[in-house]
This record gives sequence, structure tokens and C-alpha cells, in this order.
Amino acid sequence: MSVVEEVSVAGAQARVLEGVVVRFAGDSGDGMQLTGNNFTEATAIYGNDLATFPDFPAEIRAPAGATFGVSAFQIYFGSDDVTTAGDAVDVLVAMNPAALITNLKDLVEGGLIVVDADAFTDKNMQRAGYKANPLEDGSLDAYRLLSIDISKRVLDTVKPFGLSHKFGLRCKNMWTLGLTMWLFDRSRDAAIAGLRKKFAKMPDIAEANVAAINAGHAFGETTELHAGIEMYKVPRAQVSPGLYRNITGSEALAYGLLAGGQLAELPIVFASYPITPASSLLHTLSGQKHFEVVTFQAEDEIAAVCAAIGASFAGSLGITSSSGPGISLKAEAISLACAVELPLVIVNTQRGGPSTGLPTKTEQSDLFQAIYGRHADTPLPVIASSTCSDCFEVAIEAVRLATKYRTPVIVLSDGYLANASEPWQLPDFNDYEGFPVVHATEVEGFSPANRDPDTLARVWAKPGTPGLEHRIGGIERDAVTGDISYDAENHQKMTLMRQAKIDGIARDIPLQSVDQGNTTGKLAVVGWGSTYGVIHQAVKRARQSNMDVSHVHIRYMWPMPANLGELLKGFDQVLIPEMNTGQLIDILRAEYAIDAKGVSKVSGQPFKIREIEAAIKSQMESK
Amino acid sequence: MNAPLTMKDYETDQEVRWCPGCGDYAILKTLHKFMPTLGLPRENSVFISGIGCSSRFPYYMNTYGFHTIHGRAPSLATGVKLANPELDVWVVTGDGDGLSIGGNHMLHVLRRNVDLQILLFNNEIYGLTKGQYSPTSKVGTRSPSTPDGSVDRPLDPCSFALGAGAQFVARSIDTEMKHLTEMLGRSHSHKGASFLEILQNCPVYNDGIFEQVKNKKTAADSRLVLQHGEPMLFGKELDKGIRLNTSLLQLEVVTLGEDGITLADILVHNESNKVLAQMLAGMHGPDFPEPVGVIFCADVSGYIEDVYAQRIKVREARPPADMNALLRSGHTWQVD
Repeated sequence: MSVVEEVSVAGAQARVLEGVVVRFAGDSGDGMQLTGNNFTEATAIYGNDLATFPDFPAEIRAPAGATFGVSAFQIYFGSDDVTTAGDAVDVLVAMNPAALITNLKDLVEGGLIVVDADAFTDKNMQRAGYKANPLEDGSLDAYRLLSIDISKRVLDTVKPFGLSHKFGLRCKNMWTLGLTMWLFDRSRDAAIAGLRKKFAKMPDIAEANVAAINAGHAFGETTELHAGIEMYKVPRAQVSPGLYRNITGSEALAYGLLAGGQLAELPIVFASYPITPASSLLHTLSGQKHFEVVTFQAEDEIAAVCAAIGASFAGSLGITSSSGPGISLKAEAISLACAVELPLVIVNTQRGGPSTGLPTKTEQSDLFQAIYGRHADTPLPVIASSTCSDCFEVAIEAVRLATKYRTPVIVLSDGYLANASEPWQLPDFNDYEGFPVVHATEVEGFSPANRDPDTLARVWAKPGTPGLEHRIGGIERDAVTGDISYDAENHQKMTLMRQAKIDGIARDIPLQSVDQGNTTGKLAVVGWGSTYGVIHQAVKRARQSNMDVSHVHIRYMWPMPANLGELLKGFDQVLIPEMNTGQLIDILRAEYAIDAKGVSKVSGQPFKIREIEAAIKSQMESK
Repeated sequence: MNAPLTMKDYETDQEVRWCPGCGDYAILKTLHKFMPTLGLPRENSVFISGIGCSSRFPYYMNTYGFHTIHGRAPSLATGVKLANPELDVWVVTGDGDGLSIGGNHMLHVLRRNVDLQILLFNNEIYGLTKGQYSPTSKVGTRSPSTPDGSVDRPLDPCSFALGAGAQFVARSIDTEMKHLTEMLGRSHSHKGASFLEILQNCPVYNDGIFEQVKNKKTAADSRLVLQHGEPMLFGKELDKGIRLNTSLLQLEVVTLGEDGITLADILVHNESNKVLAQMLAGMHGPDFPEPVGVIFCADVSGYIEDVYAQRIKVREARPPADMNALLRSGHTWQVD
């Protein structure tokens, strides 16, 4: 954080900052995600640009005080172009010793720590691995420490509402939220209204939580805090006028799929099997029954994709969703959809792998799987979303390509995008151009093998249409009649035709543009997916230091934009940051013989801006 | 009104490629004859199959059809019904396709009670992959993968279906056109998932496995034709019957007139009795006759029906779908 000036806010001393990173950390049962979301909403209302990153453990309710059960929520907000959740933490709210010990390494020197002193019991400190009390032994001297007996204060505050000790303590997070809101001059109104709505049927609980927020806020206002601790002022960001909301990638994707269905004028059957971090799509869509969507929680990943294909055969748009391991299970059925040429959208919310890997952490290591991961020659379009709100556009594009070309389309998102959130300037849906699907009805000259001469899309005739009764299946189909065919030449022809159809999509997608910088030059930083925000910031900083660097971000992973090879050849060097061990590097080398350098990060955490910045710098210096 | 459809309307121009003498021919012919009797528009019927000899079936039915992948036909069919509940959807599968690789999907399609007719051709062998033993093969079956005889115990399809929660379970025989037609009719009129096991002879890899039940000479003594409300009698003279031994809680074969047995001792078939159904489904030769007919039939609502009923209820309670309203749901703020 950089201090701009010291001012007075509401009578108190405040430091003015361009941007600040706050992290809330506690037990997975402490309600840190809820706290973070409430703070985010207040920050959005205040008018800062922001980005958030929830980071929670795989364990649902880990033993209290365990380091592996720490759940955290990070928000970066500021007055200028925020596209990541921030590199280093300025303010750490730690609800117990485990939260402190696991998060302290990310706190900047001089950063502020807010702790619940009551949670620093011998038992909790021992469980976290502290030999001595860090609040007292001087080990936190490099930071500013605000140690408050939060638990005791909360219990006193909620006493009038008759809550048990256990339920009373659950209001701790709201007390802390109140204090944090005071620190940053945020309004409590939305959070209070939200609590009253959430606990409408339990008014005592609602009012106890409201009292806790107010008490935390009042503590900040009235207590003489020791030197060095004061309010912060983060001026409003200059953002373009319009109506905004906060959106996670997962919500944006769900809404985009519904929007795609409307633009295609097709009902959707969304069939899925629960898997972290992809399940939220199923949750969101199953609550939208007033739209033309039927959701189906299948018995397994295979049943889910097969039900989606069945729905497409019947004339709806079948959509399925999973994460890497589940996509592996669906692979055979996706090849069937390639063979019979039916539309299908497959969403992969990538996570750390292989196998169960890091289910709640992010990675982008399923690129090879998406492009190559099926038996036989089964090319299909693969597109990747780069930001939370971009998930909306990418979902619509997936539906457009799937229905227009009668092909499965894979959408790549990841755990970071799915759970992170950002303010979204809401589009007017009326501005979107429709792409209505027309099913075949004409009996004269019908063959299930008929195809559009331009797109090569196979005819889509749905059951229930008189006179178009026909059979399709996984056995190779005759190019003219659609009947089963074991003919050698026919198989050669059909294989090449299926490939030509997918290759042709390159003519129907935008040319690759340059996100920042010149279209030729010394260095292109090429990214795809959720690394957009960090690359954007790193390139911006490098350019501010007068380096000749450009940012190219690819959405169409397969087929790739027609000009991509030429564009990249216009740069002396190409640098590719990826949350895998270099998959896009191999693909670009295979397709365009480009010798790119990589920056790899597979720790389950997103890149930090400074990591990309350092790689840019060393690459620029290497020549 | 168009002329009524005939058997010819349901035949395709494709050459049928099962081995000579395969029981599938008889089943196909029965289906060709049966379908027009439903009086339904042909375009509303869909046949979906997985992989295996039986799964070639859709290619020979002039309706909509989808030959899919191994074991997954119930899932594809569920998707078809979810998309369009008006369609009349049939699943054609076999003992390997439906009970081995696709066992999980079969379990769940029955549990959910998806409105489908499921025809499971049971020949107790893998035909298309050239004769390996299947999950319904009897212990000791010699096959290319079990040259010294199989050692794992077989699964009984109807018992499996009942265990999975199927609300309609029946058994018939490939070459018994009259009985099979009757069972097809019952399957079709049942709302929800109908599970019909068809004993089917594979003349190449498992010939004669059901000979005792099929052969006209032995059938009377080895087959029990179930009829709701009728006593369970069998034998050439209809002098043998099934009695419940109440002290052992198991079924036994008795003969009328022997040891004081009268008609009053014989169990009367009740399709809606699940306990009885489970006993009958597990009743096999050589000590017992093989039951054919409707083993169990109960009337509960089906999955697809319930999904759509719930949707109607939700829609009544909410304003119509509006994309702009959805995008603006939750907290929004205006930046000027």
C-alpha cells in the first residue's frame, strides 16, 4: 500500500491509500467467507474498484484451531484499475492462532494485525504450533498489532438476546466486520439489512448479529487506539458510469449459459455431478426454474454428460459441467457427441491436480486435456474465460459455437475465477444479437448426414418431427445416407470432414487482438484464462518503466485465431505465464514453431503481480 | 387421418446383422408387430441402446433411434425424456451392457422411476466381443476368459431391479411372441420405468441355456406363468403349485392332491406385493419353475412427471423469466 497523505475523517486521523489488501482468516466455521462478502459489498457501494479471492480448505469443518482448517477471504480495493486480489496483505484479521501463523508470511512489514486475544489460549496456541504467545513475545514487532478481547466483548454484547454461549460466539465475525468497516469508513447498512433478511425467521439471531456489528464499529469509534492505528481512506475509483453489481465467475457463467439458451431460442438441460469447485454452477441453475432450464443431478459424471447428449438429441441444448477428474470420466461420451455431431457444452472449472489433487485450489493444467484429451481424432472448440464477468460472454459464445456447428464445446474456467468476485458493469441483454436455432422439418431430401455447405454443421432433426425418423450412433456413418458404414474411404472422408468443420470455426471468431502495448515489439506476454488480471497489472507496470512489452490474452484456445501465429512472430520474444508446467508453450510451438519462454506456478495459488513483473524484467534483460 | 400404421412401417431398409438363429430376430419381429398396435405417431417413438448385440436394435426400427456407448443408454434416455417428456422412449440393452458396465445407470434410472420401457435381453454371455462370460452367467460357465469355468456368482436381473426400487418388473421369453407382446403392452402402459427381462438364446456362444424353459416338451414343468389374482399353478396337468412355507419363510413346490395339498394352499399372485415379488424374482430352476409375467407392478409417480410438476409450481410463484432482471438481482449500485 502506498500512503498518499494523512487526512481527517469523521474527526479521526486517517491515512489515504491508493489501494489496500485486507485478509480475513479464521476457522472454517468462523464465517470468514460471509464476513468477506459483506465487506466486499460495502466496499463496492463505497465506490472502490475491487477484486476478491476466497481461499478455503477442503475440510468442511476441520477441528477448531487446526492450521489445515483455516479459511481465508482476501479483498483488494483501491482507487485505480483493480484486476487482482493483490500480492501482499496490508491488514490481516486473524480470529485464532492458527489463522495468524498460516497467514503472517503474506503480511507486509508494518502491516496491521487484528486478533481476537481471547482465542490465544494455551490449547489453541499449542495446536497452531506456537511455543510462546506471539502477542506477548515480541515476535510481531515488525507489524502493528491490534489485540482485542473480541470473544468476551461479543458475549457481553449479545447477552440481552438470550443466545447460548456457542451461538453467542458465532457473532464474533460480525463484531470484527463492524470494526473493519470502521477502519475503512464503510457503511454497515447493507450488511445489517442482509442479516435481517437472512435470519428473518430468527429475529433474536438477526438482532444479536446486528448488535455485534454495531458494537465492533463503536469500539473503533470510541476506543483510544494506540499510536499507529488509525482509519484508512481509500478514495473512490474512477469507473465508467453505469449500473454495477458484484459477480463471481461461477454466477456469471451460469447466467451466460441461460443467456445463451435464450439467444439460441433453445431450452437447456443442465446435467451435472457434484464436484469442487464446479458445483456452484449446478446450484445456481437449479434455482432458476422460471427460465427454460431443467437441471439434473446425475448419479455420476458419465451419466451427467450422457443425459446432456440425450437432451441435445431430443432438440434441447445439453450442458454438463465438472472439474478435471470428472471431465476425464466424460471423455468417451464427449467423443460420441463429436461422432454424431450434436451440440453440447462442457464446462471445466479447473482445480489443482492430478487426481483429487487440490480440490479447493486453482490451476490451469487441463488445457492439454481439453484440446487433446479424447480417443481418436476428435477436435472440438475450446474457449477460456479470463475474468469473472468474462465468464458471461464466454458462456454465450460456447452456446453459439455448439449450436451453430453441432459440436461439443469445452469452456475452461478455474477455481479462482469461480469463487473470486469483481464489480461488473451490467450489460443490457437487449443489446445481444440472437442466434436462433432452426431444427429440420423438411421431409423432401432429408438425410441425417445432410450438412450446411458453409459451416459443415450436420442437420439437427429432433424426435417428434413427422417424416424425419432416423437413427444415429457411434458406428461410423455414411457421408451421404448416415447409415452405418465400415467403408475405408468413407471413414477417411468423414474424419477429415469433422476436422475441417472445427478448423473452419477459426473463420468465425475474432482475430487475436493485443490487450496492452504495440502489435509488434520486443516482448509479448501471452496468457489465457484467469491470469488476465495479474498479467494486465504486470505489463502495465513494465510499460510505465518504459519497457517495450505487450499483453496478448487468448480466449480461443482451439481452433486458435487465424492471425495468432503471425502476430506472435512480430515480437522478438514471447513469455507465457501459466498455472501449469507449460502447456500453452508446447501448443504454440506445435502450431506455429514459436519458441516461447514460460513462467510456471503450480502452488494452487494465483500468480502475484510481482512474480510476472520479475519474469518480464529478467526476460527483457536476457537479450 | 392417415391410414393406420402397419408392421412394415416400423421396419428399416437396413440389413439385419445378427447371427442366424439369434433370439434377437424373434424379439425384433414381435416389436415390429407390436408397435403399430399402440396407435401412436411413429415420430414420437425413440429407441436408445448402448453397445452389444442387442444394442444394434435401433438400426432396425424405423423410429427415431440412437445407438450410443457401452452401458449408458439409460442416462441418454433420461436426458431425452427430460428434454421432451412427450416422447415414447425405449431402452434396449443386454446383460453385459445393462448390468455390468452400465449397472450404476440401470440402478439409478429404476430408482428415479424415469418413464421408459427398458428391454433387457438376457443371454447370459457377451456375444459381440466373442463369448466371454457375463454378470448373469451361471457359475462354471466356460468361456474364452474363463477356460476353467467362471467362479463368480451371477446376478439376477429382476432381483436387481426390485432392489433398485423398480416399480414395474416383468420377465418374458424371446420366442414366445404372444406372451412377449402382452408383456410389452404392460410395460408400455406402465407410467415410470418398466423393466422387462427377456430370456434370449445366443445360438453361437451360449446355445440352449434356457432350453428347459423354452422347449415345448419341458416348458410346462419348468415355467410358471404369473397372472395377477390367479393361483401359481404349473405343469402339464396344472397339478403343481407354489406354496409359502411359513415356518421357513420360503417358497416350495407342491403337488395338488399329495400330502393333503389343495388349491387353497397355493399362493395367489399379487403384482403389488413387493415381498412376494422378491421371492419370485429369486426363484430359479432346476428345483423351481422359472416365473414369467409381471412380477411386480406398483403405481407411484415418475421422475419426469415430478420434475415438471415442481417446475410448474415454482413458475406459479415467481415472475416470468427476464434476463435483465436476473443480471440485476442481488445488490446493484449506480455510478454516475
